[in-house]
Amino acid sequence: MTVIYLDNNATTCIDPEVLQAMLPYLTQFYGNPSSMHSFGGQVGKAVQQARAQVAALLGAEDTEIVFTSCGTEGNNAAIRAALAAQPDRRHIITTAVEHPAILNVCKQLEKQGYSVTYLSVDSQGQIELMELEAALTGNTALVTTMYANNETGVIFPVEQIGLRAKDVGALFHVDAVQAVGKVPIDLKSSSIDLLTLSGHKLHAPKGIGALYIRRGVRFRPLLLGGHQERGRRAGTENVPGLIALGKAAELARLHLPQVKQEKQLRDRLEQGLLRTIADTQVNGHPTLRLPNTTNIGFKYIEGEAILLSLNQYGICASSGSACTSGSLEPSHVLRAMGLPYTILHGSIRFSLSRFTTEAEVDQVLAVMPGIVERLRALSPFNSDQADWLQDRQAAMAVAP
Amino acid sequence: MWDYTEKVLELFYNPKNQGTIDALDEPGTAVVFGEVGSIACGDALRLHLKIDIAADRILDARFQTFGCTSAIASSSALTELIKGLTLDEALRVTNREIAEFLGGLPEAKMHCSVMGQEALEAAIYKYRGIELEAHDEDEGTLVCSCFGISENRIRRVIIENNLTEVEQVTSYVKAGGGCGSCLVGIEDILASVQQEKAATSKRLQTELATASQRPLTPIQKINRIQQVLDEVRPMLMADGGDVELYDVNGDVVQVILKGACGSCASSTATLKGAIETRLKEEVLPSLVVEAV
Ligand SMILES: Cc1ncc(COP(=O)(O)O)c(C=O)c1O
Ligand code: FES
Repeated sequence: MTVIYLDNNATTCIDPEVLQAMLPYLTQFYGNPSSMHSFGGQVGKAVQQARAQVAALLGAEDTEIVFTSCGTEGNNAAIRAALAAQPDRRHIITTAVEHPAILNVCKQLEKQGYSVTYLSVDSQGQIELMELEAALTGNTALVTTMYANNETGVIFPVEQIGLRAKDVGALFHVDAVQAVGKVPIDLKSSSIDLLTLSGHKLHAPKGIGALYIRRGVRFRPLLLGGHQERGRRAGTENVPGLIALGKAAELARLHLPQVKQEKQLRDRLEQGLLRTIADTQVNGHPTLRLPNTTNIGFKYIEGEAILLSLNQYGICASSGSACTSGSLEPSHVLRAMGLPYTILHGSIRFSLSRFTTEAEVDQVLAVMPGIVERLRALSPFNSDQADWLQDRQAAMAVAP
Repeated sequence: MWDYTEKVLELFYNPKNQGTIDALDEPGTAVVFGEVGSIACGDALRLHLKIDIAADRILDARFQTFGCTSAIASSSALTELIKGLTLDEALRVTNREIAEFLGGLPEAKMHCSVMGQEALEAAIYKYRGIELEAHDEDEGTLVCSCFGISENRIRRVIIENNLTEVEQVTSYVKAGGGCGSCLVGIEDILASVQQEKAATSKRLQTELATASQRPLTPIQKINRIQQVLDEVRPMLMADGGDVELYDVNGDVVQVILKGACGSCASSTATLKGAIETRLKEEVLPSLVVEAV
């Protein structure tokens, strides 16, 4: 069965050109870029080129890019560095809908005596700048928010956030793992101090990422050891990985002007599903959203059952339902939006890529109504008027 | 990706007995349904039964389920398992039998089988006119407020499924899977159940060692039976019930079942079975229990 892969926010395929670029570094060019001999030295040059390619995608300078092992490492390193650079400040501001790679670091820091403000989001997944302003103080060391949400694709007003952080002298970190390659980013004229990206979300392999550190921002490394990455990330480089990331960054930059085609397909999918299936809604802001992501709530049925039904047709998507989260609670992102449980448990995320075709989207549109109809026929729930929903309060998710 | 068995997938893709049962006025039959779960929890099951009133037997069973793959498959399995059983037999169906019918469930999905067993109980209690509240294990201290799970319910699932880890309890009844603040409490319950178990088996070993030498005298037998009953009493009392030894007639142990549990026919059957099993294991395999 051919696979229809609409789960690109989870991970992406390696672009064939990226694979071609990295392969020689798994075979003949195995030298250590730090070596004195020219066999290693030529690898060092390739590393420099890859760094330049990543910098170009972000509008950054080469020296502002540090290669990491993944998005998670970038986030950890950025937060720790920002705090180490300002030991007197003990307050962090983030949002309730961050990836665990931010939230769990913050929770740990709370145990270590930091105070953390988790900004709330509205029912469209958007933060309120007034809430941020009220939270900022001279004690705030760091504001860290995502650029775009992995589950809903909702885009935060990062520049506005950064300007407000600057007002109190706090550093501003952005987890841009989902945004890089999907929206234009120009860090030259930006209020962002630190920015995380991850290779496997933009058609490079897993296990490579990068952290942007604005020139002049004091940095304390997470990993200590050799002098690689100018002392900011010790450890012999993942050369094939970062060559791949460089190539992937270049391809993403070239592809950016065509992102609107991806968006057209996404809209075709979204509108088609809303039109043909009753009791559905889009979770997230209607326009301030990544061009490739749609998160749709199908009322009265459960997400995992939908996913397994889609799986029968080779269609890959994901869900924020409790049964898929491994935690018995539905997605913290959708809960933070205060969506009713009818929506929460039946939410499905489709995330496209530049490799998605119209035929694939149409196949989803062809099978989805039948899947939903079958599961709804099995379900004891079928209307918002039912007794079990009369208590609206109990039916709404409230984030802890 | 969950590791589902072929049987789970088969019953998910082609479920048997889905739907409702219309309450037609068929003489001699009754239609009833029982419900567990809610849309907030992420799974809910409404089980419909058609009952032969005179024979106290399940003629037909149908389900409506809101939930994941294994919830739907477990519901379908349940209906297959209980068709044709008397209500007393049906009440003895455990969540493990449902899971076994499916060729096993991933541990994290065991709560789907528990839900099936609970819906069955709910339907039968409703038919018998027993107030669920007065009877339900949900009475007792609330341990997990996120999912509304009581100590008694956690105890029961630990004992019935031989659970040893907190994560297992979460997989079976969800307790602990939310904020996590009740995990310590669950650990304490596990420890106390294990202690009780260890104490019983130790005492048993010593007794068996002596018993194997000579057949039990009637006095010894009665003493031993009394001991076992004293052990199960605290658990019954937690449920608002009690048990008392009335007489021993050869291998027939006559007991009086009291309190909230005594007044309810279904629980009497379950209880009788449970006490009998213990007496058989711990005193003499030939014993049978009679409620008087
Ligand atoms: C917003 C966001 N941040 C961080 C990460 C973690 O990235 P990685 O998998 O490279 O550690 C992800 C990936 O799921 C993500 O979506
Ligand atoms: S109280 Fe049990 S998980 Fe929250």
